[in-house]
Amino acid sequence: MNNSLIIGQYVPGDSLVHRLDPRTKITIIFFYVFIVFFANNLPSYGILILFALSSMLTSRVPIRFIMKGLTPVWFLIIFTFILHLFVTKEGNVIFNFWIFEFYSGGVIQGIAISTRFFLLILVTSLLTLTTTPIEITDAIEDMLRPLNKIKFPVHELALMMSISLRFIPTLMQETEKISRAQASRGVDFRTGPVKERIKAVVPLLVPLFVSAFKRAEELAMAMEARGYQGGEGRSKLRELKIEKIDIFVYFIFVLVIMILFATRTYG
Amino acid sequence: MSNKLIEFKNVSFRYGEDEPWVLKNVSFAIEDDEWVAIIGHNGSGKSTIAKLINGLLFPQQGEIIIAGKKVTEDTVWDIRKEVGMVFQNPDNQFVGATVQDDVAFGMENRGVSREVMIERINQTLKAVGMQDYRLTEPHRLSGGQKQRVAIASVLAISPSVLILDEATAMLDPSGRKEIMQTVSQLQDKQGLSLITITHDLQEVVQADRVIVMNNGEIWDEAVPRAIFSKKGELRKIGLDVPFVAILADALKEAGIMISQEPLNHEELLEDLWTLHSKT
Repeated sequence: MNNSLIIGQYVPGDSLVHRLDPRTKITIIFFYVFIVFFANNLPSYGILILFALSSMLTSRVPIRFIMKGLTPVWFLIIFTFILHLFVTKEGNVIFNFWIFEFYSGGVIQGIAISTRFFLLILVTSLLTLTTTPIEITDAIEDMLRPLNKIKFPVHELALMMSISLRFIPTLMQETEKISRAQASRGVDFRTGPVKERIKAVVPLLVPLFVSAFKRAEELAMAMEARGYQGGEGRSKLRELKIEKIDIFVYFIFVLVIMILFATRTYG
Repeated sequence: MSNKLIEFKNVSFRYGEDEPWVLKNVSFAIEDDEWVAIIGHNGSGKSTIAKLINGLLFPQQGEIIIAGKKVTEDTVWDIRKEVGMVFQNPDNQFVGATVQDDVAFGMENRGVSREVMIERINQTLKAVGMQDYRLTEPHRLSGGQKQRVAIASVLAISPSVLILDEATAMLDPSGRKEIMQTVSQLQDKQGLSLITITHDLQEVVQADRVIVMNNGEIWDEAVPRAIFSKKGELRKIGLDVPFVAILADALKEAGIMISQEPLNHEELLEDLWTLHSKT
């Protein structure tokens, strides 16, 4: 029925970025998000842009998928640019328009902040574009493992995430079925005032919740019947492995950080 | 050499103190390598039997012995190693994100090492004819395929008995056929005992023995042919009698003598075309 359905926005591929250990990707992105805020001149921004663009190119994800991911934030990027244009009053006046004066500092600030935004969104969407949700779940489980010591239920959290991911398409198919069934009984989801349309969602949600609870109960029973006793003593089929390629990428990233701190202006 | 794998001794069960008894003083035994079908209408207690065998429920009276061990809270994890169970709804028992993850789930629970897991996954998926779908997500599979994966996941832990609790009830006819074929092939090859729970008489023909449940009691216990010959009474306890059986009755009434109670279309056909040479 819903064969085109893809969870998340994963674009299958076999590029270097796809093959990286998800932990490597998450770690690098985590630090990248930090260091973006340290860039303050042309060369330091240059090295960050170079890193982001070259990862984008090596991932071989078609540009249109990346652009699709950026759609909701274009507005934000442009808005921050314009805001800086109006608010920042540093440097020389470049030009006048009606009652506004635009300063060179404002233009520079606007470009800098928008670039930061753009870079952040680009690298984070690159993660979800090249990593399956289940890989991300595995990586999170592995990286949170130290929290086990303070009795944080890491395994349960990961299992919860992977089961939710597995049931998203199932529940979506069910939603479609229920909404058709209700539409055939005369519930109108598409026309009428907003208030009426919100009310029309109730006969959709109630059966969906009822069935979700029933599913949960049956799933719990099936899991128990198959010997599930919690995280202790469990082995894992999916394995994460740091390969040479990961070490290489870490090395490059450390280089990027060093260049960044060498070129940025201090004081 | 066959010996008793599952034994129910005077088992009674009810879901609560004030509830009526779902099972009343039920006793039976199932041997290894045996295929037993349990049949009954809704609420006859047949699914409760399955859950009792697996230790998902415990009886109030009597005892259940599986592979020499009594089913109690303490032995339940050992018991579940012996007893594999496939449930009715194909979607609600699929735990993994892909087919191979789902097959691995039961083994992961038991701490099986990764190498063994990969080998067992290949073996069991081949056994149910799903080897080409190793990395497929559940929502891209049909109901019958999902049930085959469920069977593979159960086989992966090499149980000594496989229970199908109305595993075909939510499938279309072709899915149903798929599952019944898979199951009978497995039983031939792997030498495991099989309990199929159903309300469809059509599905009991391949079994070695049929237990008919009615209102929490064993109503009858016999080979499929003997059960089929009691169609009038079966209909009284709310079971659908297959078309061949009805046809055979009608033929007898019309004065055509059939040598034996037919189990399926082929047997009836065989009887009819050889009829003239016999008389």
